[in-house]
Amino acid sequence: MSQTDSPLPRSRAKAGRHSLSGSLERVLPRLVVAPSLAVALFFVYGYMLWTFILSLTDSGMLPQYDFIGFAQYTRLFANERWNVAATNLVVFGGLFIILCLFLGLVLAILLDQRIRQEGALRTIYLYPMALSLIVTGVVWRWILNPGLGIQSLVRSWGFEDFTFDWLVNPDMAIYALVIAAVWQASGFVMALFLAGLRSIDDSLFKAAALDGASLPKVYWRIVIPCLRPVVFSAVMILAHIAIKSFDLVMALTGGGPGYATDLPATFMYTYTFTRGEIGLGSASAIMMLCGVLAILVPYLYSELRGNKHG
Amino acid sequence: MDNVIRRRTPGARMLRTGLYVLLMVMALVYLLPLVVMLLTSLKPLEEIRAGGLLSLPDSLTFSAWLKAWGSACTGTRCEGLSGYFMNSVSIVVPAVAISTLMGALNGYALTKWRFRGANLCFALLLFGCFIPFQVVLMPMAQTLGWLGLASSTSGLVLVHVVYGIAFTTLFFRNYYVSIPDEMISAAKLDGAGFFRVFWRILLPISGPIITVSVIWQFTQIWNDFLFGVAFAGFGSQPVTVALNNLVNTSTGVKEYNVDMAGALIAALPTLVVYVVAGKYFVRGLTAGSVKG
Repeated sequence: MSQTDSPLPRSRAKAGRHSLSGSLERVLPRLVVAPSLAVALFFVYGYMLWTFILSLTDSGMLPQYDFIGFAQYTRLFANERWNVAATNLVVFGGLFIILCLFLGLVLAILLDQRIRQEGALRTIYLYPMALSLIVTGVVWRWILNPGLGIQSLVRSWGFEDFTFDWLVNPDMAIYALVIAAVWQASGFVMALFLAGLRSIDDSLFKAAALDGASLPKVYWRIVIPCLRPVVFSAVMILAHIAIKSFDLVMALTGGGPGYATDLPATFMYTYTFTRGEIGLGSASAIMMLCGVLAILVPYLYSELRGNKHG
Repeated sequence: MDNVIRRRTPGARMLRTGLYVLLMVMALVYLLPLVVMLLTSLKPLEEIRAGGLLSLPDSLTFSAWLKAWGSACTGTRCEGLSGYFMNSVSIVVPAVAISTLMGALNGYALTKWRFRGANLCFALLLFGCFIPFQVVLMPMAQTLGWLGLASSTSGLVLVHVVYGIAFTTLFFRNYYVSIPDEMISAAKLDGAGFFRVFWRILLPISGPIITVSVIWQFTQIWNDFLFGVAFAGFGSQPVTVALNNLVNTSTGVKEYNVDMAGALIAALPTLVVYVVAGKYFVRGLTAGSVKG
């Protein structure tokens, strides 16, 4: 009796277990992603909102929530030091991007000529990217220091009047930052361009050569236009690096002389953590976010549109 | 391209020599800072003061390295970089492991178990790659205080995991998306569950992308300065922060050789990784950017 009965409940139990595990299987992927999503919602979006709220308060040493509208933004734009920092970002970022693109493109094209030891050269051009910006800053601070660095080296070669004091010259210090930053990131741009060049069909070169076009002309007329998407993403990444640059300034110039090399990132840090002006610091952080969005939104827009068409 | 280059006319040969010379000169320029760093770190201080940025050391000495490691002053404490180096290790190891694991599971769930809203989830996560971290500093400092994690290495592990997930998820998602679904659906038909499919099918072929993710996270976290300087206490500062303090400590004589030895100590782990696994390093850089 029990033997004949048993199959039915057992199979029913099995089916029950199956659907239970089935529904578990269905929610499991969501369960796995949920913690990360929660983390992002809180630590990214929540914090953005939180910082925005702080920027509307007159928080000083400690955060507090007496709202004063957009007064901190008014103060920020009237702040001489912020204006220097913002201008510096335009100068530094602009030069940094242009020089990195130029050097990266030249190196990539030169390396793309079936060079022996290409791998070793590539490794050398790219290694600065593996270093901490603090290390980069410390090294260049040593090399550019007028007392014992390049200036004294060249003078010791007999050029007594040679001056290269950018690091301590308030008008030129920002360009010292550019040198170090370009040294660090141009190899990366080279790697991007090289990957782009490798994806261009060789037959393009052959066809152009048959038409009698010279190599420089082939590059200028055909290859470089093909690389436009690479240029686009390189600009986007470099701009992003420039806006976030904090470590390099801290290690190379400390924002000085005076505040001649302040960037928005160091401005934000100084006001928030050392000068006890959390409200103003938060306003500057929100402005940085707006800067990133101003680059990111057009980029994503064109990427998405490109995907739809392609 | 072959046709153009294989023409061995004298002019072409000269052009070719010029090309190599140019490339070598550029290589020297890129190497110069590293060489200067190394030379300076091996010279005694008197020799450095005498000038000669590029001259070889007359008397080779490792005392600057020993001092940078064991007894140089970073701020008020004079214990060298060794303790901070170990802080960095104890931040990097758990943070890399946790963020890579979470990224792998996220990437897998988002591509192979496409649920409604998976793409929205990914887009929301991805945005974390782009924010300037300045916008999260103050709230994070408060949160860490409430959690009792302020000024601790665990606090920094948390921070690096939180802001690393966006990148690791991106890596794994882009990798798994290119793996044919048939492999997975066959296993699903055989009754393999979520974790079993991951363990048996995806994990064994994930070697390259795990390497990319580990190297990327390792480099990012080891080189981090902003979070370290904002959230670490005296006992938990990473080596980058200590290096910056070492260089900026203004008491006594400026010991450039110790500074350079310190910089090399801080740079060595990521340099070694780069030299050993450069290919994966480049893939991480480009995967995080071009496909972003």
